[in-house]
Amino acid sequence: MTEPTKMLDVSNISLRFGGVKALTDISFHVNEGEIFSLIGPNGAGKTSMLNCISGRYKPQEGAILFDGKDLLARSINDRAKIGIGRTFQNLALFSHMSVIDNILVGRHHMMKNNFLTGMFYWVGGAQKEEAEARAEIEDIIDFLEIQHVRNEPAGSLSYGLRKRVELARAIAIKPKLILLDEPMAGMNLEEKEDMARYVIELNEQYGITVVMIEHDMGVVVDISHRVAVLDFGQKIAEGLPHDVVEDEQVKTAYLGVDDFSLDDEKEAM
Amino acid sequence: MSYVPNPRPAGDFRTSYTDDNRLFKTHFETRAALVLLALIIVAAPFIGNYWLSQLIMIGIYAIAAIGLNILVGTTGQISLGHAAFFGFGAFASAWLANSFGVPILLAMPAAALLTTAVGMIFGVPAARIKGLYLAIATLASQFILTDFFSRAEWFSGGVYGALAERPNLFGFAFNDDLRYFYLVLFWLVVTAVAVTNLLRSRDGRAFVAVRDHYLSAEVMGVNLTKYRILSFGISSFFAGLAGALFGHYLEYVSVEGFTILLSIQFLAMIIIGGLGSVYGAILGAAFILLLPQVMESVTTMAAYIFPAMESGKSYVKQMSIGAAIILFLIFEPEGLIHRWQQIRASWKLFPFSR
Ligand SMILES: Nc1ncnc2c1ncn2[C@@H]1O[C@H](COP(=O)(O)OP(=O)(O)OP(=O)(O)O)[C@@H](O)[C@H]1O
Ligand SMILES: [Mg+2]
Repeated sequence: MTEPTKMLDVSNISLRFGGVKALTDISFHVNEGEIFSLIGPNGAGKTSMLNCISGRYKPQEGAILFDGKDLLARSINDRAKIGIGRTFQNLALFSHMSVIDNILVGRHHMMKNNFLTGMFYWVGGAQKEEAEARAEIEDIIDFLEIQHVRNEPAGSLSYGLRKRVELARAIAIKPKLILLDEPMAGMNLEEKEDMARYVIELNEQYGITVVMIEHDMGVVVDISHRVAVLDFGQKIAEGLPHDVVEDEQVKTAYLGVDDFSLDDEKEAM
Repeated sequence: MSYVPNPRPAGDFRTSYTDDNRLFKTHFETRAALVLLALIIVAAPFIGNYWLSQLIMIGIYAIAAIGLNILVGTTGQISLGHAAFFGFGAFASAWLANSFGVPILLAMPAAALLTTAVGMIFGVPAARIKGLYLAIATLASQFILTDFFSRAEWFSGGVYGALAERPNLFGFAFNDDLRYFYLVLFWLVVTAVAVTNLLRSRDGRAFVAVRDHYLSAEVMGVNLTKYRILSFGISSFFAGLAGALFGHYLEYVSVEGFTILLSIQFLAMIIIGGLGSVYGAILGAAFILLLPQVMESVTTMAAYIFPAMESGKSYVKQMSIGAAIILFLIFEPEGLIHRWQQIRASWKLFPFSR
């Protein structure tokens, strides 16, 4: 096997909000083609870590390299352009827009028509480009099985469907790396299974590298290639899923929060 | 926005992606709009000067309201200074025509471009502030600009105002209301079509994305600063264009016409018509312009019974707009256009609709 290439290289990240240390000296890396999970109890700093990667938060210390290039210097909207997509823990769709338009926003950075050519629509290529973009996202709509709600306003959908539309919108960016913040939270078993399938497929078929935050240990162990564990803003473990969940320190971190055991979760699935 | 079912009747199938993104949602609406337009063009010579002048003013206000709607309804920002941009367009067009001899038909869009630049400068705070703070910042633009109009004699003629001639195209003078009406109608149609097109293309979606969830819009690659300021620019363009049409219609531009009151009336038009809707803005402009006149006739009639009403006429006119805004906010917050969407939906389902 050839040496895996590092797609994302996080080194010594520290993030503070006033006196609150959200992240302390976090380092890890994500290889190209991997499904990498970030786990940890509530308030551990997982979302903060994703926000540092996607640009919402600026860490006080440390560096993040994406494809070997400095990420922290880039603006948030630039990060979509270079191939980073994400979904949010609390849904963040454009609720008055149709599902199609939500997904098309993901295509924003790839499209060329602007307010002028847009106004002239028929001359200057906007109509053609819009139709092409529309045709392209149809694949994503099929993949996530949301054909039946295409034209509905996103705000009118059920929770599970909204999560899927968010994923569709993130895929529309054509990302190399996708950041998923609890994609299965609040879902029933069937929806979770669907979502797990989508994550695996987007990783294997679309070749997108995945960083995923997830609380459901069964899913994490089943689908991720490697796992890092955060607790109180510190990284307490990293490695293969099975090794990590057997780690004593990890067990203590979770004790009292959720007394999980792998076998129970397996039975539940 | 509450849920409005798909308006297309059975049998109106979309067979291509281009088809799925048409100017009007249904074939019926396309035809209705064309018929209405043809009707207005044909009927205009016969409706008399009073109605002609009403239609001209509705058209002018509608252009400005469509512009404001891009800023407020579509991008979710706010402006209390729209009347000042409207005024800037009026003065700028007169200035270009009077001082540089620019043909007026060209001076109008050129004035709109100048207003765009001014609007973008005053829109810069929008990159940083939102909501109430932005409202106050735009209020400042209202006062700064009107102050500028009354001081800058080289530009606006100062407190005396500026003369603005009627345009002339190779000897064809727009010197009567009918001809001017066609000019306004032309620009209104151009504005409505351009903005509808904008809303169904990339940058229009970006505006709505910024309104609905600016944090995730940014993560999707939308440059917030750019779009927030751009929406001020586009909105000011149409304010400036409408202002220019206004100035050359009255043939005289005076700073008194562009107070905060007019800014609020523009806001009322888009609230009553329906935030974010192009055709709603036209309906709203008509409503705000006609309402005081309807109230005038109502109070005149009432004055036969209650003579005391006679002296309160002007108050009733003023209050009616305020009352209309409040009533709409309570009972029809999505505006007149939403009424139409519901009628359309109930047609489709007839006889199963309520
Ligand atoms: N914008 C902010 N301002 C202040 N404190 C913050 C902010 N964002 C996060 N924090 C703090 O940082 C810590 C980590 O929060 P974070 O949301 O990253 O946790 P998490 O691991 O995602 O938790 P959960 O599983 O509940 O989503 C918490 O103590 C939180 O209160
Ligand atoms: Mg979180």
